[in-house]
Amino acid sequence: MDILFDNLPGLLIAIPLLGAFLTPLLSRAGDSIRNAWVLIVTGLSSVCGLLVASQVLETGTIVYTFGVNTVSNIIPPDSGGIPIRIIFTIDPMNAFMLIIAAIVGFCITLFSVSSMERLSGKDGFFTLVLLLIAGVYGMIATGDLFNFFVFLEISSLAGAALVAYRIDKGVAAEAGLKYAALSTIGGMLFLVGVGLLFAQYNSLNMAVIADRMQLTGLDIIAFVLFFTALAMKCGAVPMHFWTPDSYAMAPSAITAFLVVSSQASLYALFRVCFTLYGGQINPLTVGWVIIILGILSMFIGVTMAIPQKDVKRLMAYHAVSQTGYMLLGVGVGLAALSSTCLSQSIGVMALKGGLFHIMNHAIYKGLLFLTAGVIMYRCGTRNLNQLGGLGHNMKWTMVFFMIGALAIAGIPPFNGFASKLMIYESTFLFNPLLAVIAMVVSILTLASFVKVFHSMFMGPKLPEYENVKEAPTPMLIAMGILAILVVLFGIFPQQVVDALVAPAASALIDYQGYISAVLGGA
Amino acid sequence: MIDSFTLSTGFGAWNAVFWVIAFLIAFIIGWLIWSRGEKTYDTSTSATASFLSGNAEPEKEAVHIRAGNLYWGYTDALSGYYRFIKPLHTGNLSDYFLAYLFVTALVLIVVVVLK
Amino acid sequence: MIDNLPFLVVAITILLGLYTILFRKDLIKMIMGISLLESGVNLFLIALGYRWDSIAPIFTGAPSLAMVMPTVQALTLTSIVIGVATLALLLSMVMVIYRYYRTTDVREVTKLQG
Repeated sequence: MDILFDNLPGLLIAIPLLGAFLTPLLSRAGDSIRNAWVLIVTGLSSVCGLLVASQVLETGTIVYTFGVNTVSNIIPPDSGGIPIRIIFTIDPMNAFMLIIAAIVGFCITLFSVSSMERLSGKDGFFTLVLLLIAGVYGMIATGDLFNFFVFLEISSLAGAALVAYRIDKGVAAEAGLKYAALSTIGGMLFLVGVGLLFAQYNSLNMAVIADRMQLTGLDIIAFVLFFTALAMKCGAVPMHFWTPDSYAMAPSAITAFLVVSSQASLYALFRVCFTLYGGQINPLTVGWVIIILGILSMFIGVTMAIPQKDVKRLMAYHAVSQTGYMLLGVGVGLAALSSTCLSQSIGVMALKGGLFHIMNHAIYKGLLFLTAGVIMYRCGTRNLNQLGGLGHNMKWTMVFFMIGALAIAGIPPFNGFASKLMIYESTFLFNPLLAVIAMVVSILTLASFVKVFHSMFMGPKLPEYENVKEAPTPMLIAMGILAILVVLFGIFPQQVVDALVAPAASALIDYQGYISAVLGGA
Repeated sequence: MIDSFTLSTGFGAWNAVFWVIAFLIAFIIGWLIWSRGEKTYDTSTSATASFLSGNAEPEKEAVHIRAGNLYWGYTDALSGYYRFIKPLHTGNLSDYFLAYLFVTALVLIVVVVLK
Repeated sequence: MIDNLPFLVVAITILLGLYTILFRKDLIKMIMGISLLESGVNLFLIALGYRWDSIAPIFTGAPSLAMVMPTVQALTLTSIVIGVATLALLLSMVMVIYRYYRTTDVREVTKLQG
């Protein structure tokens, strides 16, 4: 038992990878066995993720080295002081992201087991889902730059294949091609950055590089390559074009997890700015670049969302817009923390707000995409112009949609309000104009979800949807878990902030702590 | 006890529990008023049918306002903005790459100049 | 000068790749550009690991010379494998698109827009 607990970070990747490659084999034995297998595998890996996270929050950063018996022996004695081993570094920030991936990962598998019921090609689909989950866990947990690149590619390849899985007269393949091609270019430029750092510091380990960082000209180029590759992967305007395409065409449950995979890139962006280049790169410049990207994402995302007719494309533009809030919060955090005339607490609060919004967004956006999936599953269309009057027959779906829509619009007492309040208040003290834009965007978000709600659920029963049934139970359970979390996080935000967000924010700020956790006394 | 659920933002505070309590009270008052209503009301007669100045009730399809007709005024008022922003989303993969590399170059310049 | 020659080749390959990706209008050719970019990056990694007068880190019967650290070679192998997977995925998607759209012109593969 002990050996299992010591190797939990390794199992985090091993379980979904093993599960993925055994899935095609087990689907020979029949649908129900394969479904049970997939659920067990994701359930186990989610439990793993939550256990690792709770362990980290209790005892501090875990450094897990692959291929050694004693966990502390990171730098091999015969390597001349160069740490060449693959390590996972899980500090409270990684733990925070792991919790998000664990919750959403389980819900989407539960949902897709039911939504895929009548479709063909299920073994490939679930293999790819498990690969996507493994890739995202790896991106979150790894403490090694090249390893991050590998997991980034695993998650983008699996994601692109899933986007294109239902070919849909070639349109889904078009979306998948766009996603895959952009991710590949981003990944390649990221790899150039890794090479530039390796050439100078002889290491791929984030902590070692952060420790030796000199900020030469090459380092700045590497920084820009990392920064834009990751900002593109998380869908910041003006590099957001792939987001609505691929989010709209992917099966709904996959879209809910693509949001998490984008947020894993967002996490890496913050890790690069705060830890890898911690205290070296000019925080004011980088902070303002992030803020400008955030403001553009917020505003252009929401204004593009309002006239959309495809419900998933509309929600995808909202995902862009909500990413803007996170960028805004963390950008203000980065800029305000370095400022001498502003109090530190503004920066910390903005950072906490931005991080808390990541978690809230993953949950309510997941919920919204799942409700859109139910609508597609039952009505067979995503076009808002053809929908209407579904509230009569799909009461639970309507309630879940309302919870998600109110949360994304920042209406109290749901969780979106709590994080947005933290962002507004700290941003207002930093620069009032930014807070005003953020509030206007929030109002426009509400406006566009009123439109969606009206055109999908309100109105008289339409003849073509006379006999539409409520969603199947597994789908309702998956949506229910997320909806309960939305409400709980909204009513008890302080508990969540204290337990999860505050440790994550302080871990992000304290780059010295990250370095010394990995290198120890060495 | 309730105070421990207050979200302190450092500059203000927000407590959702009070909000929920207020909702509950409003719900109870509403329920009380509803429960004192007329119980013998018969919904099976034509008393519940819609009455539109004596005209025939239109088809269900005609009543529902479709999504395309919502926010017409909003998009029309901002048509200048939308004429600018919509063509930018061309759907052309080359433009996606161009935007990405353009931003890379821009950020590089900004970060180098304002080092 | 001669030391930097590989990096010159790397720069040329990467720039050619980027040029192809940006200015070619055919999806297959754009993917060829992506492949060029990948080769450039792989060459860059390999060139980083080269040391004059060193030997491969094979300990059996090795002369007592300085050994090369094989990290970058391992990275490049991984990166090549990933590149193959990506290329296969991209090309198969183009095939599917061609089957339905009857074109591989990037300007016409724009059903998703706005």
